[in-house]
Amino acid sequence: METAAVRQGRQPHAFPIGDLSKPDRGPSGAWRAFQLRLRRRGLLWRALRRRGQLAPVADRSAAIARGDILCFMCLRNEAARLPFLLAHNRRLGVRHFLIVDNASTDGTAALLADQPDVSLWRTAASYKASRFGMDWLTWLMLRHGHGHWCLTLDADEVLIYPYWQTRPLAALTEWLDRQGQASFGALTVDMYPEGPVSQGSHAPGDDPIDHLKWFDGGNYQVQVQPRMRNLWIQGGARARAFFSGQPRRAPTLNKTPLVRWHWRYAYVNSTHTLLPPHLNEVYDLEGGELTSGVLLHTKFLPGIVDRSAEEKARGEHFGDGAQYAAYYDRLTADPVLHCSASTRYTGWRQMEALGLMSRGGWI
Amino acid sequence: MTVGIVMLCHTALDRAAQVARHWAVHGCPVVIHLDRRVGNADRDRLTAALADLPDVRFSARVACEWGTFGLVEATIEAAVQMLHDFPQARHIYLASGSCLPIRPVAELQAHLAAHPHTDFIESVTTADVGWTTGGLNKERFTLRFPFSWKRQRRLFDTYVQLQRRLGIQRRIPAGIVPHLGSQWWCLTRSTLEAILKHPDRARHDRYFRRVWIPDESYFQTLVRQVSARVESRSLTLSKFDFQGRPHVFYDDHLHLLRRTEAFVARKIWPQADLLYDTYLSANADTASRLEPNPGKIDRLFAKAVERRTRGRPGLFMQSRFPTKTHGGNRSAAPYGVFEGFGDLFHDFHPWLARATGVRVHGHLFAPDRVQFADAEAVFKGGLSDSASLRDYNPRSFLTSLVWNTRGERQCFQFGPGDAQEITSFLAGDPNASIMVVSGAFAIPLWRSGRTVPEIRAEAARLQKIEADFIALLNTQETKARARVWTLADFVEDPVEPLHQIVDDLNPRAPHRLTELPRMVDLSGFAEFLQELRNQGMQPVLMGDFPASIDMDRIGKGLSRPQVAN
Repeated sequence: METAAVRQGRQPHAFPIGDLSKPDRGPSGAWRAFQLRLRRRGLLWRALRRRGQLAPVADRSAAIARGDILCFMCLRNEAARLPFLLAHNRRLGVRHFLIVDNASTDGTAALLADQPDVSLWRTAASYKASRFGMDWLTWLMLRHGHGHWCLTLDADEVLIYPYWQTRPLAALTEWLDRQGQASFGALTVDMYPEGPVSQGSHAPGDDPIDHLKWFDGGNYQVQVQPRMRNLWIQGGARARAFFSGQPRRAPTLNKTPLVRWHWRYAYVNSTHTLLPPHLNEVYDLEGGELTSGVLLHTKFLPGIVDRSAEEKARGEHFGDGAQYAAYYDRLTADPVLHCSASTRYTGWRQMEALGLMSRGGWI
Repeated sequence: MTVGIVMLCHTALDRAAQVARHWAVHGCPVVIHLDRRVGNADRDRLTAALADLPDVRFSARVACEWGTFGLVEATIEAAVQMLHDFPQARHIYLASGSCLPIRPVAELQAHLAAHPHTDFIESVTTADVGWTTGGLNKERFTLRFPFSWKRQRRLFDTYVQLQRRLGIQRRIPAGIVPHLGSQWWCLTRSTLEAILKHPDRARHDRYFRRVWIPDESYFQTLVRQVSARVESRSLTLSKFDFQGRPHVFYDDHLHLLRRTEAFVARKIWPQADLLYDTYLSANADTASRLEPNPGKIDRLFAKAVERRTRGRPGLFMQSRFPTKTHGGNRSAAPYGVFEGFGDLFHDFHPWLARATGVRVHGHLFAPDRVQFADAEAVFKGGLSDSASLRDYNPRSFLTSLVWNTRGERQCFQFGPGDAQEITSFLAGDPNASIMVVSGAFAIPLWRSGRTVPEIRAEAARLQKIEADFIALLNTQETKARARVWTLADFVEDPVEPLHQIVDDLNPRAPHRLTELPRMVDLSGFAEFLQELRNQGMQPVLMGDFPASIDMDRIGKGLSRPQVAN
């Protein structure tokens, strides 16, 4: 999600490769920890205050059982993506979806309200003012996520992880539990078609990856931000095609979508960073590799051109929308993202071989 | 005569029941020990599920906390009952509720019938053991462990440290030689009886009650006192991760399990329907077994440990971002950096590519755009030629380039006119070979035809930058292989260094260069340097450049077919 770049942009400094130091355990480290604690409480308080904006449409949360893996989403006008999205995540073993519908005007609400494993809330309030939906989701997670492994996704993200076709999410989370890991990192990889992004067709329910077969295999820029020690990965097709002039504004790609939730936790900006900060340490500092996944980003389905024009007009997707006007204009101009150096997607083993994800010690 | 199965169960009881039924149906009596911490409702469900099987019994229940003597007590309880209730059991096999027989029971029975007096138990002296994790081998027997490792980790660790520091040790009772091994064994009736009815049994139990993880040492140690024939291997396949936690087998391990010699595998993921269906079906498919290859399995798991602990050097990504001391200074593969060569020779790039077969880029860090080989706009992996993208994170740019081209050696030109932020990484990277002809940056300035007063400031600026780079290469922290020639020295004998470079870049290439690059005619360069001096700049990096230079001699040396010895 593009919302990240702006907030991230405030960070004055980040550690490049090789410069990351050990966490500060001294007085200044304690002071920082205290500030972050206040910040986290502030986020929870915001979420609590905005809970009234959510009107339940179909609350089936009573059906949630102990140990169920939950999926949280905030979306708008995703009727085309939803059938596949639900099917994929059900296949992975998500037991219940908790979804905020931000005033959709297509069939999204009707489609969701009928699903037996979906709890749906509706709001017409501002997406931007609610920290791009995170205030609403934070409230739902506080209320329903405690003690569960929670998957927080955008509607255009398809999670894959090592062995995902043969091992359900419950196997992954059990492995993470055994490893003492409470959070799981995934890299957002922009998937794109061979021709102009408006071309081709995608029917609801189809696997979007059948159409979006291509991605950038090795142009990712990795840093770590000192404050919350979260990764800051940028790059991929959007950075290459749209942000070569202002790379700092390129979308943030690292995410921590899967967390063993505690009601005290809070996502700080989209699912890129979390508090308390130890949840951001989804990377190994000592040369080893932790288990990680990839979020296949299906933004560039044929509807992208119209959608971009609409998003630009609504101005709900960036803190400082004017900075991104050029980006939307490029998207609206129906670009070709494919190039001679593009890689054709074949599966998670390929993603792992390229170094975009890792099985870590999971075998 | 048959084999009796002792099963220690605490979770996934429906699966445990399924396995117990499988054993019993195939003529193996089963005694189940159910962890005392399991609730009564679950216990009742389990007993009900197995009520129709007379040869499945339940032993008295003990709480089994990991790492404590409870597990040994539970084993003993069940084993005693097995010996008492089922006199036909000649071997007793210890398994857990998450174990799965992966070969037909008849094969196990036949194997044990063929070795009626052999005890199959991994039993290795603490000096020789290689598999314990966490540093406690011998100390498991000599320290005290009153605190729970799971619940009181800090106290546990502190107390271990304290005992080490104070040198406090328990005495190991006479007659006990500590041995370690897999918890899962298969012992003969006589051996097991000898251990359980040993005159010193009470003393042994008292000692082992305070040993750390006694389930991996109690039987493994005592078997050495009583057994006539120990075969030190487990018949159960179980693998551990780098923290010593057992690996779990999933459906996609089916092909792997078919390759093992073991009779039982542990642990099985409770939802691994394919595994349970395959191995517990009435006619468990024996024909599909493959040639056993335990080495392959070992290698696979060793690789997983390596990926978790060492990772793939030179890769920086979502779940690997090492600090400098753990590989944060290192790219994925060796590469060459050439400074000054492109200025000194007309055709250095194409020559180097021909002579070594490596990928030769231009100035990757040129200020205006990235000069990839063949002037590509987007290079492998989607690396853009945009200078601002590159300069936003030059280290990611370089490590990505080297990572993306694994298997193909990369070389690029560098110089004082390029973006310099990468230099600290280059110097610290043990995979970098940096070759510098210092002062060569002046050659293009000289050939530009501009007057000396015009270029004096530029020459001074470039000299400062190059001097800083060379100084950096000479510091203690430098890990790169660096070679610096002054322009004067290099021109004196260019052939030898060129040979060296080619050998370094491609040691397998034939030691024969049929051609060398064409050098720029430097007649008059000495006068140019003098003119710079006259204008107040001090050109030092070129070395002691000769006042008159014999280009004919150099040209001859370079054009002669070169044969190195």
